[in-house]
Formats: sequence, structure tokens, C-alpha cells
Amino acid sequence: MKEIVVVAEHRRGELRDVTWEMLSIGRQLAEVQGADIEVALLGKGMNPFAEALKSKAKRVFVIEDPRLEAFNSETYNKALVQLITERKPFLTLIGHTAMGMDFAPRLAAQLKMPLASDCMGIQAKDETLFLTRQLYGGKVNAEVSFSKKGPYMITVRPGAFPVLEKEPLAGEVVSLPSPLTDEGLARRFLQYVEAAAGEVDITQADILVSVGRGIKEADNIPIVKELADAVGGVLACSRPVVDKKWLPKGCQVGTSGKTVKPKVYIAIGISGAFQHVAGMKGAGTVIAINKDPKAPIFSVANYGIVADLFKIVPVIKDKIKEIRKS
Amino acid sequence: MKCPLTPSLSRAYRQAGLCGEEKGEGQKGGNGMNIVVCIKRVPETTDADIFIDKSGKDIDKSGLVFDLNEWDSYAIEEAILLKEKLGGTVTVLSMGGEDSNESIRKCLAMGADDAMRLSDPAFAGSDGFATAKALAEAIRKIQYDLILTGTQAEDDGYGQVGVTLAELLGVPHAALVNRIEVQDKKVKAHRELEGGLEEVVEIDLPAVLTIQTGINEPRYVSIMGIRKVAKKEIKALGVSDLNLKPEEVGAAGSDIRLEKVFLPPVGEGAEMLEGKPEDVATKVFDILKDKGGLA
Repeated sequence: MKEIVVVAEHRRGELRDVTWEMLSIGRQLAEVQGADIEVALLGKGMNPFAEALKSKAKRVFVIEDPRLEAFNSETYNKALVQLITERKPFLTLIGHTAMGMDFAPRLAAQLKMPLASDCMGIQAKDETLFLTRQLYGGKVNAEVSFSKKGPYMITVRPGAFPVLEKEPLAGEVVSLPSPLTDEGLARRFLQYVEAAAGEVDITQADILVSVGRGIKEADNIPIVKELADAVGGVLACSRPVVDKKWLPKGCQVGTSGKTVKPKVYIAIGISGAFQHVAGMKGAGTVIAINKDPKAPIFSVANYGIVADLFKIVPVIKDKIKEIRKS
Repeated sequence: MKCPLTPSLSRAYRQAGLCGEEKGEGQKGGNGMNIVVCIKRVPETTDADIFIDKSGKDIDKSGLVFDLNEWDSYAIEEAILLKEKLGGTVTVLSMGGEDSNESIRKCLAMGADDAMRLSDPAFAGSDGFATAKALAEAIRKIQYDLILTGTQAEDDGYGQVGVTLAELLGVPHAALVNRIEVQDKKVKAHRELEGGLEEVVEIDLPAVLTIQTGINEPRYVSIMGIRKVAKKEIKALGVSDLNLKPEEVGAAGSDIRLEKVFLPPVGEGAEMLEGKPEDVATKVFDILKDKGGLA
């Protein structure tokens, strides 16, 4: 029987969403290919996760080892090389996340397995897999395939695949021995560090006015801050603004920042990279202001304004002040 | 062939058999870090109008401005900061045509010491894995303590080259690094995880770190600065200079085959607010009042 293995992702006692997403697309592919959907679960105290996952897979492979408690690509890869060599799945799915990006390329090279990274679409036509990826920061999509024979590895973009409701599977929990020993590691996990909390909690605001790279320089930030003040909202931003140290990390909306769900989100000069969209797609209403009519943000916004932010934002601010005063 | 004057390049050339032995050189200094930074020149597409070219397999790049990949600008800055603190050398390595010299010179102007460019028609069409193979063979010829790459490139976005490179070289790695502290023969690296969380790992040197944006503030390079390094040698290495066969790199040596590129399908999309700025502003107020509870 052909097998598809999903590597479960968890951190600090919680299974991460991408795991369910991978199991969903993995199951669809397995049904088309007449394969078994399986999940690999590595860590310490994995029983609750195994129980939670077994309705989604034919088999749950558990490698239980205290040395796998915190993720470390070195120990993970040792364990996964053994599992994949033994089971020989024709497809291994891993999240294109901070965890997956850290171990999948190395695991693929160790196993001499072709890897397609950051895929947001997977389609099987006969024996061939066609994958959708994004190029040029999401401005262009590409369809790619593998130029070599399988087995294959794919890293899956988080949030790209919906979790579909399917008939539960009576998954068998299979415990596998850990190949790890106490021999020294070249890489050692030390600790987690939380980002410093910001002065204002952007996750609690009803109206967020968020600024991106389009603001061009730090000195222009007040233009957007004044609009936030005029609407009684809170100022937030996208990643480039934090990278350039124009606003603190606590203001950042997106995968590596905060997930927000305001009633209204105004995105100003933000192109709409998927990492940003992942952090604000829960907003009630989205208004986007961008000078590029093709900016991806317009496909997730409810309302769009194609304009130069330096011209339109002050006009909006003044008008709203005027209306609110009268 | 005469060996280059800079120590790390001359060492690289001798090990590659490209130049003769010289006395009194080649010994690695007692302190300092030899750092290799892998960089790429990419088109800037954020604000550009993008069109698919005739082949249907790439975008039309004729009107685009090119620059150093954003992630790589942070990687080269980090290498130079480490060199300024600890001593040593910074070698820039890039795979690409002659155009790539522009980005390599930017790195030299920022403070890198040496540069190598992997230049051969056989490299064309390399995916992440084939790129890592070529970089690994070039780096094998150099003595290094640390290799830095950007976490990903803006154009193809594989996000895999640095980590694959580490495996091919048999050294440990950490990806998505946003802070580095060097301690004797090891580094403490902070990895950026999701939701504002970071993970601190300790790694033995030599190692590969893939650098995340925001780790530092890349220095500005003036036109004068670039002019000053205009004559600095950028050694071009081809497939025959590396321990590789032409079919191991480029499209032939790649695992990924590009079928076609296309503009992303537009979803339902936004309702566009058009008209005079004042009218647009009034509409924005109405939406805020209606949906956001603005009074």
C-alpha cells in the first residue's frame, strides 16, 4: 500500500494548525492515489496528541523520547530518517513554517529526496504531482513538477489548505523506537524567548490602522498615526516597518507578529504578502489603500482605494475629523 | 597564475589549485572569524507592474530594477558587524551572470574582503537544491568558521538553499536567525518562530545560519563607496573549477521543473472606492461608522 506521511507540528503542548491542514490535503491526495494517510508524531508525552490525531489518519507513528521534547532539527532528522527509510512513503508533507523550514531541506538532502517548498496547491494527475508555488513575493504563481522519480517531500504553506470535514478514520497508534542516543549534538536547544509586550495591545482594538513599506520612511509614520487617532483606532504595521525599526515589534501584524481580529482593519501601503494576510484575515471589514492596483491586498480587502497614500490619507483624516466634530 | 593579495581568496585559490604556493601564508590566524556570505541579485517587484514573458516560464524583466536580495543585505551586514567585532574576513559568494557583479560590489563596498562568482551557462535554471550543490563545492575550497545566507530569496522563494548547503557540507545549521552571539567555538542563535516567539539554540562552529530580515540595520552604500571597489577582483568560477559535472547543476541537476508561470487568479476582490478624494473620505467614514462603531 502506498503511504503519505504528514509530520505533525506542535510546540509547547499544542498541535499547530498546519498539522490539520496537511492531514486534510494529504487525505485528499491519498484517496486519489489509493494510498494510506499517516502521521508522524515526535516528542515527549505524545499520547494526548496521538489520541487527537488518530481519527484523521490510518496510522499514527509515535516516536517518544525526552530528547525530542523541544524541537531540534538534528534530533528530528535522525528520527525521521529512520521512520521514512522504514516506511518508504511516496510523499512526505511538512509545514513551511519556522520549524519545517529548519529541518525539511536537510532531511530531503539526507534522504536524497526531491523537495518542493512552500507549496500552496498540490494536484495529482496519474503519477505526476503538479504543485503551485508563488514567485516574486506573491506577484506571480508558478506551476511546477518534479523532474525526478519519487518518493517526494513537500513543504506546505500554512493557511493555504482548508481543513475539510471527512469521515473519521480509526487510526492505529504505532509506537516506534527512538534512534536517539546520549551522544553529543552539534546543535542544542536552550530556551524560548517571548517578544517584549508592546505599550498598546493591537489585538484588543476595534479599529486598526496598519501601515506598510509604502510609507517609505520613519518620518512619515505620523501621517498614518494621525488617521488612527482621528478614528479612535490603534496604529499597527506590517513586517518591513518593524525590520526597519520604524515601529516596535509589538505593533506587527502577521505570522511572525500578532494575529488580530478588529472590526475594521485599514491597510495602508501594505502589499499583502501571505504572512501579513495570515495575521489579519479574521478582521470584520478590511479597507486597503495602495497605489498598485494589482497589490495582493486588494484580493482580501472588502474595500479598495487605489491612490497615493501621501495624498489620500490626510484628506481622509481631515474629513473624518470634520464629520465627527459636526 | 599569481595568487590574489587577500589572504582568504589566495588560500581558496591555492586549495583549488588555481595558483601556486606562496611562503609565509595560508596559515589561519589565531583569532577572528572567516565568514562566507552567499548572496543573490534579484529584480525588485514590490511596486512594479509585472508581465509574463513570451516563454510563459518567467516574468518580463526588461523594465525592472535589480538589487541585492533583501534577506542577503541583512546577512552581509551581520557578517561585517561580526568581522568588525572579532576580526577575520568576509567572502562574498554568488551564483549568477556578470550582472551579479553589481550586487557583489555593493557587498564589497559595505566591507566584504573578497568575492567569488559562480559563472557558467551550465548553472542556468538551477533550483534551490542545484544552487546549494554549486555553492557547497565552491565553499569546500575555502576555510570558514561561519556561513551566512538569507533565509530566502525574493524571486523564487524556496527558502531551502542555506539549510541544504549545511547538509552538503556536513555542518550544523539554524534557519530564520534574528540574533547571533559568538562564543569561542560556538554561536548562540535566536530563531524567529511564529507569533513573536523566539527559540535560542547553541551551535558548534563551523555552521550555516540563514538570516532573517530585521536582525540589524544594513548600512548605506554611497556611489563613491561602490566606485572605490570598482577595480577589486571578483573571481569567476565555472563548473570545471568545481568538483561538479555540468549535468549536476542548472536545470539538468534540478529536482524542480517549472511548467509555467501565471498571474495569481483574482478572488472576488475589493469593492473599489473611486471618485474625488473628499467623496472617498466620506465613504471611508461611513464604513467605519457602519462596521467599526465609529461615532
